[in-house]
Amino acid sequence: MFHRESGYYKTTYAADMALYPLPIARWTVAGIALAMCIAPFVLHAYYVSVINLILVATVGALGLNILVGYTGQISIGHAAFMSVGAYTAANLAVRLDLPFWVTLPAGGLMAAAIGAIVGIPSLRIKGLYLAIATLAGQLIIEWTINHVPWISGGMQASIEVPRPTLFGAQLRTQHQLYWFLLFFAVLAIVGTLNLVRSRIGRAFIAIRDQDIAAEIIGINIFRYKLLAFAISSFYAGVTGVLYTYYLGIANYEQFQIVTSIDYLAMIIIGGLGSILGSIFGAIFVTLLPIAIRLAMENWGAFLFGDADINNLIPNLRLMVFGGLIIVFLVLEPEGLNRLWRNIRSYFRVWPFSY
Amino acid sequence: MLDWGFTLVLVTNGVLIGLMYSLIALGFVLVYKATDAINFAQGEFVMLAGFIIAGMIVLAGAPFWLGVVVALAGMVAFGFGLERIVLRPLIGRPIIAVIMATIGLATVLRGAAPLFFGAETRALPLPISDEPIVLGAITLPPGQLVGALLSLGFLAAFTWFFMKSRMGVAMRAVADNQQVAMAMGIHVERYFAIAWGLAGIVSALGGLAWGALLGVDVHLALVGLKVFPVVILGGLDSILGAIVGGLIVGVVENLAAGYLDPLVGGGTKDFAPYVLMIVMLMIRPYGIFGKRRIERV
Repeated sequence: MFHRESGYYKTTYAADMALYPLPIARWTVAGIALAMCIAPFVLHAYYVSVINLILVATVGALGLNILVGYTGQISIGHAAFMSVGAYTAANLAVRLDLPFWVTLPAGGLMAAAIGAIVGIPSLRIKGLYLAIATLAGQLIIEWTINHVPWISGGMQASIEVPRPTLFGAQLRTQHQLYWFLLFFAVLAIVGTLNLVRSRIGRAFIAIRDQDIAAEIIGINIFRYKLLAFAISSFYAGVTGVLYTYYLGIANYEQFQIVTSIDYLAMIIIGGLGSILGSIFGAIFVTLLPIAIRLAMENWGAFLFGDADINNLIPNLRLMVFGGLIIVFLVLEPEGLNRLWRNIRSYFRVWPFSY
Repeated sequence: MLDWGFTLVLVTNGVLIGLMYSLIALGFVLVYKATDAINFAQGEFVMLAGFIIAGMIVLAGAPFWLGVVVALAGMVAFGFGLERIVLRPLIGRPIIAVIMATIGLATVLRGAAPLFFGAETRALPLPISDEPIVLGAITLPPGQLVGALLSLGFLAAFTWFFMKSRMGVAMRAVADNQQVAMAMGIHVERYFAIAWGLAGIVSALGGLAWGALLGVDVHLALVGLKVFPVVILGGLDSILGAIVGGLIVGVVENLAAGYLDPLVGGGTKDFAPYVLMIVMLMIRPYGIFGKRRIERV
C-alpha cells in the first residue's frame, strides 16, 4: 500500500495472488490497524461519528464495486437493497427481539435474495437496459416498503431499533459503535480482498472484460452474474443494517435513489475495480458535504448573505458532487486509486523521472 | 361493473399525458439513435428549459414568445456545449461512463437551477385560455392538448427529417456504423453535436408543455423518470416507438390510478409503468419497434 518495491520479481501465480505482496506490506497494514485502534481514544465524539459513517459507507462501496467494478454489471438500485436489509433487521430486532448477530446476516441474506431476483434480467440484458431495470427495481422496492405497513411499520415508514448489545452491554456512544462498525468494515475489506483474488473473483473479471468470451472458456455466466448480484446485495444489506444501528432508526428516506447515486459516485471517484479505491471513495464522498459545510460557514459570508448560506449548502453539494463525477470520468477514469498509484510510481523512481 | 364513461375519461387523459411523455422521450431517442449515448439527465434538461422560460417571463418580464425563443436557443447551445465538453471525451469508453456522466450532469443541474432561478415553484402561463374544451363526456384541458399537438408535430417533423433530409440521412448513417459513415465523408462528431442540439430543442418544448402543466421547480425533473418505461416499451432507437410507448404509459398509469389506487391506497401511477417495463425487458428487451442487436465477440 505505502511501500516502494525496487522491481517486479514475481515468478509464480501464488506470489502474484498473495495478500501481502512484500513483507513491508504487513507492516503498513499493522501500522494502519494500530492507528485505527488509537483513533477513538484521542478523537472527539464528532470525529468518531464521521469515521463511523465512513466505515458504513466503505462496506457499501465495496459491495457495489464487486458488482460494477469487478463484474461490469450496472446497478442504480443499490440503495433499495440497503433498505431491504435495514427493514428486515429492524423488523426482526423489534418484533422478535433478536440480537444483532442474527439480524445482521438475516438482513444481508434477505437483500441478497432480492438482489438476485433483480439481477435476473441481467442474463438477457446489459449495459443501459440493465441500468434501467435496476432503476425500476429501486422504485418498485421503495414503493413496496412505503405502501406495505407490515414491512415499514406504519405511517412514517420508520422503525425505531434498539442499539446492538454486546456481552450484555448496549453500545450507546459513538466510541462504542466505532468498534462494532470497524469490525464489520474490516471483515468486508478482507472478505472482498479474498473474493477477488479467488476463482470467483477471476470469473467476475472475465465476465466484465468480455462476457461472451468468458462463456466460451467455460464460465457459467448465469451462475456468476447472479452470484455477483447476490454478493453485492449482501454487502448492501449489511450496510443497510449497520446504518440502521448507527442511526437507531430504519427509514426509507435514507435509502432513496440519491443514495444509490452517492454510492456509484464513491466507486467512480475512488476507482472502479479497486478495493483501495472503494475505501478512498467512501472517505471522499462522506467528507465532501462536511467539507463544503465547513467551507461555507467559514468563508461563505464574504460572498453571500447569512440567510442564504443554509439554503445554498445542499444545492452547492449537489453541484460539486455531480461536477466531480464528470471531472473524474473525463479526466481520471480510474479514480483516486489511479492518482494514488501515479504518486507512488513517481516516488518509486524518484529522483529520476523514469 | 366497468364504468365506461369514467374509463373513457381516464383513457383520453392518458392519451394526452402520454403524448406529452413522448415529447420528452423523443429527446432521449434522438440522442441514443445518433450517438449511442444514454441521457439520464433528460428530465433535468426539461427542468432547465422550464426554468429558462419561467425565468424570462416572470423574472425578466419578457413576452412569452421571447421566453420560448431564448429557451430554444439556450437549450441548443447547452446541448452543443455538453457534447463538446463532457461527452466527446467519453466516446469509446464503457457504457457506464456515459450513464454516470449524465447522472452527474443531472445532479449538477438539479443543484444549479435553484441557485440561479430561486427555489419556489413558478407558474408558467400559456398564452391561451385555460377554459377546458368539452366534448360530450370528456373534457380536454387546453394545456395538455397543446403539449400533445406539439408532440405529434415533432413526430411528423422528425420522421421527415430522418427519412428525407440530407442531415437526417447522414445521422442515420452515423447511428448505423460510425466508421463507415466516416469513410463516406460524414463529419461524425458534428452530427453528434447536432443530435444533442436537437435533444435541446425537444427539451425546450417539453419544458414549456410540462412547466405549464406542473409549474416550474426542481420536481419538474422527475418527469424524466417516466422516460425510461416509455423508451423501453417503444424501443430505444425508434421515434414511432417513443410515441407508442408514451401512449401506452400514459393510458396505463391513468387506468392504474383510476382503478387500482382506491384498492391499494395511492401511488400506483408511478409504479405501474415500471412493472410494465420490467415485463417488457424480460420478454422483448429491444422494445416494440426497436432494432434487435446481434453481438459478436
